[in-house]
Amino acid sequence: MSNLKVFTKGLIDENPVFKLLLGMCPVLAVTTAAKNGLGMGLAATAVLLASNIIISMLRKVIPAKIRIPAFIVVIATFVTMVDLVMEAFVPDLHSVLGIFIPLIVVNCIILQRAESFASKNSVFRSFLDGLGMGIGFTIALMILASVREIIGAGTWFGVSLFGASYEPMRLLTSPPGAFITLGLIIGLINVLKPKKA
Amino acid sequence: MDTNKLTVSSSPHLHAGGSVRSAMLHVLLALAPATVFAVYYFGMTALLTVITGVVAAVAAEAFFLWVMKKPITPVRDGSAAVTGLLLALNLPAGIALWLVAIGAGVAIGIGKLVFGGIGHNPFNPALVGRAVLVISWPARMTAWMGPGLISAATPLAIYRDSGNAGSYRDLFFGFIPGSIGEVSAFLLLVGGLYLLYRQIIDWKIPVTYIGTVAFMMWLLGPEGWFTGDPLFHVLSGGLMLGAFFMATDWTTSPVTKTGRIIMGVGCGLITAVIRLYGGMVEGVSFAILLMNAFTPLIDRYTMGRRFGAR
Repeated sequence: MSNLKVFTKGLIDENPVFKLLLGMCPVLAVTTAAKNGLGMGLAATAVLLASNIIISMLRKVIPAKIRIPAFIVVIATFVTMVDLVMEAFVPDLHSVLGIFIPLIVVNCIILQRAESFASKNSVFRSFLDGLGMGIGFTIALMILASVREIIGAGTWFGVSLFGASYEPMRLLTSPPGAFITLGLIIGLINVLKPKKA
Repeated sequence: MDTNKLTVSSSPHLHAGGSVRSAMLHVLLALAPATVFAVYYFGMTALLTVITGVVAAVAAEAFFLWVMKKPITPVRDGSAAVTGLLLALNLPAGIALWLVAIGAGVAIGIGKLVFGGIGHNPFNPALVGRAVLVISWPARMTAWMGPGLISAATPLAIYRDSGNAGSYRDLFFGFIPGSIGEVSAFLLLVGGLYLLYRQIIDWKIPVTYIGTVAFMMWLLGPEGWFTGDPLFHVLSGGLMLGAFFMATDWTTSPVTKTGRIIMGVGCGLITAVIRLYGGMVEGVSFAILLMNAFTPLIDRYTMGRRFGAR
């Protein structure tokens, strides 16, 4: 696999949300507004990137039998850092995302990339992989959150789009709306993407 | 020798000649009295709502089938028209028509076609459409109107606030505010009996459903055990419409005899709990949707054993 492919596969072909269906908990819970989706995506990307690099560096040191606890310790370290940084610099966003920031620790995407990629590949390739997967995750969250916010609240990044007469379809910002929107988007992607023979 | 008549096939060999289309036409016919009464009682706005619901549902089915590059012929079976009509009958009179159209589109698109069309939907499509509208635009969906489109509280809301049941005669014949198709218990009963006579529906679900609601309401009365008003609760709200026309939907209700009784009792219990303790005054539609979710499980555990099977 070329280095370019390592980077781009996370964007579409192996998009963590739309193709691998990993990390559904934050995907469904925080995508009520585009701003929350972007914040969550960037936070997860930062953790993914840093943990991929460190785990790749330590891949020859970590014994195979205790690799999962070792990965968790590395990931948890970076999650704590991201959590404290966000609390210090973007307190509003931090309070909206709430418990889902600490929960990045158990996000399957990050653990899955550590287990299946970073622990087997060089530091540079793990960096590319983390970056691609993180951007793919962020894009997916942005698409889902934008659809939900525009239709469900009539705004985008908090800016009113259709004026006061628009009556938003509240369903989309409620939890069932998250499942319905995600299902429809995945269906649309599967229709639009030509099937491989 | 005429070899065409010597076809070899597996059972069943006799066909009663019925079809989905004829069953749906009977359902439309059975709903006609209640619909005509609603137009007489609420005025032309009810007629416009019903027409919008039916046309939007049929158009939505044709459109989505066309988008999915499927044959458009299933539209002819009339099931989309029934869904559209049932949805319209579940909406308050005087509701904005764009809401009706969105509801019908959601009912057909998300309630029915994403699961594979008629016979594959786990939830009653009309109720899915209604649930989406209730969650999205709660204020518009509870703006009940009396005749002449004057805002009025439904008997269930009045009863909850003041304990006043009003006149049983008005409740029975339908001179009360409410959703377009739910007001006349009498005409819905006539339509339901017609469907029973035609064997389109089975008596078990409506009878156990209405019976359970009546018993629970009598049991859990406002002044202690067995002081409730079962007759009021049976005649008010959407119970008649739900019990005869929506809980009995072929696709979303159990096929076994025991299963149908469980379905009716379950719907009745949930309806009673929502009406007595819930935030909403009426619970028929959510009760049926919840029991729809249990239907495959009920069927699985009440299925008879095949002869010879261990």
